[in-house]
Amino acid sequence: MSDPMTTLTTAQAARAEAARGTGPAPIAAGMDVEHLSAFYGRFQALDDITFPIHPGAVTAVIGPSGCGKSTFIRCLNRLHELTPGARVTGSVRLEGIEIYQPGIDPARVRQLIGMVFQKPNPFPTLSIYDNVLSGVRLHRPRLSRAEADEIVERSLRAAALWDEVKDKLKAPGTSLSGGQQQRLCIARALAVEPLVLLMDEPTSALDPIATYRIEELIWELKQRYTIVIVTHNMQQAARIADYVAFLLAGEERTGRLIEFDTAQRIFTNPKRKETEDYITGKIG
Amino acid sequence: MTTEPMPAVEAPSIDRRAWVERILTGRQRVDRVRQVRESAILGLLFLAALVSVATTIGIVYTLALETFHFFQHVSIVDFLTDTQWTPLFTEKHYGIWPLLTATIVVSTIAMLVALPLGLLAAIGLSEYASPRLAATVKPILEILAGVPTVVYGYFALLFVTPLLQRFIPQLEVFNALSAGLVMGIMILPLVASLSEDAMRAVPQSLREGAYALGATKLEVVWRVVVPSSLSGIVAAFILAVSRAVGETMIVAIAMGQVPRFTLNPLVAMETMTAYIVQVSLGDTPHGTIEYQTIFAVGTTLFVITMVLNLLSYRFLKRFREVYE
Ligand SMILES: Nc1ncnc2c1ncn2[C@@H]1O[C@H](COP(=O)(O)OP(=O)(O)O)[C@@H](O)[C@H]1O
Ligand SMILES: [Mg+2]
Repeated sequence: MSDPMTTLTTAQAARAEAARGTGPAPIAAGMDVEHLSAFYGRFQALDDITFPIHPGAVTAVIGPSGCGKSTFIRCLNRLHELTPGARVTGSVRLEGIEIYQPGIDPARVRQLIGMVFQKPNPFPTLSIYDNVLSGVRLHRPRLSRAEADEIVERSLRAAALWDEVKDKLKAPGTSLSGGQQQRLCIARALAVEPLVLLMDEPTSALDPIATYRIEELIWELKQRYTIVIVTHNMQQAARIADYVAFLLAGEERTGRLIEFDTAQRIFTNPKRKETEDYITGKIG
Repeated sequence: MTTEPMPAVEAPSIDRRAWVERILTGRQRVDRVRQVRESAILGLLFLAALVSVATTIGIVYTLALETFHFFQHVSIVDFLTDTQWTPLFTEKHYGIWPLLTATIVVSTIAMLVALPLGLLAAIGLSEYASPRLAATVKPILEILAGVPTVVYGYFALLFVTPLLQRFIPQLEVFNALSAGLVMGIMILPLVASLSEDAMRAVPQSLREGAYALGATKLEVVWRVVVPSSLSGIVAAFILAVSRAVGETMIVAIAMGQVPRFTLNPLVAMETMTAYIVQVSLGDTPHGTIEYQTIFAVGTTLFVITMVLNLLSYRFLKRFREVYE
């Protein structure tokens, strides 16, 4: 993570921007999850999850359907609590700062920790251009035309979508193909300049080629962002992840962390029998 | 703003931590503006809710108070068992049944018209009509819903009754039959549009699932769409009944003001609502027992429609849960 090219000037520039409230260029930031439990009413969906999310790396969360992967990732940006009756205990820290402590604004948490969902969900009433800006406009209501153009181009380029849509930015976001829509959603998340990007099975609704393009994109993005991705596809996890967390739910359907390690060790030399059974397809 | 993407940078961690904290705690000026706005909106919403709750409490309080006075003079057993309603005569009886049966008779006739026609209209609009046809028919239905009820009342009295009298000579000038028929037409758009919404909410994938098994259009409609949207349709029906029970103008104009205990729709009767209109339009002095009767009747009506609305709400809720 320590970058030899780091210069004080770029860091200072980022901080100067931050001080102006215009947001910095994303700087990969780490997270720590400790003793995290999540509930839906009285049902406990997750129990005592603890593992670190390393900065500038891809962490994959794997496990059979219903083991609580989505619930877990939604706890990381405080989306879980929006479900009526849902509750979280334990600790999630971003850069050492507890995001569940009183006095933290959940809207700001979600600004710094972006999210992409399983089904592409561009806003149907907005053009491609306005979809990209939809999040930015929440935080910066007075955006000049030039700034807006620049953010749209930069975000669409970062999401590897620019060349395909640059001639039809005014077309509705929903007119794109599924894979393009998903990259539009990634661009929309990146435009807000988050530190961490959460992705919940971002390719499960896409065909193999679109999937491949998104995976390629994730490779590029991890240069600058910390990425947490939920996937039920072992090959995908093996291709893109640096770290892997394996969750499993028992009889009572409560998800627990079975093993957390580097992707290499999980896929070549797992310590736990359950992990091995799962990655070799014996369970799930 | 720099144009090219920033390179990976690790700022001195203490600064970055401070920066993240500053953003997360939401204490910048934009945050404060936003927080003030959010709490202002919340206050406004709360106020709006308060107004309607306060109004409801006020209504219930007035109703309950006068009804309580009423039942100090009249036993509740008489009210619920006597079959005569003559509070305005010298020989006074306070049995709710004549008013209740009149309400039931006219509502039943109305529902016999509104339910089948409304359901058919909904099926036609949601499953069969081309988008263009639906776009012409729906506004027409909405016009039907927008006609003032007083117009429907005179329509029943001056057009439908004379028409029916050609076929049924013994039909009285004021009668439940034509009031019920016209009320049915009035309620039809409500049933049609609520049921149509319920049917449209059935996911296309369910229809396709049935088609893929070899079902015809009619089979898909009757075996998949209608059953899948049943609780929504039932909710629409119950709401329509509650509307019929509470309808006032049509019955006051076309059904007469004779509190008779009968199920014969060909003669004049008086519904609960019509009785309330009759007494409130007269010069019954405040505080008398005659005056209090309208609150007793009003409470009865209120309880009935409230139960119906609660039922409908339960069904709608169940229905919503299925497809979310
Ligand atoms: N809104 C909800 N209300 C109640 N239980 C839920 C809700 N969402 C998910 N669950 C339950 O929580 C568990 C974990 O679900 P989820 O996180 O979606 O699993 P995964 O994404 O791994 O398939 C499951 O048992 C599921 O039934
Ligand atoms: Mg999931």
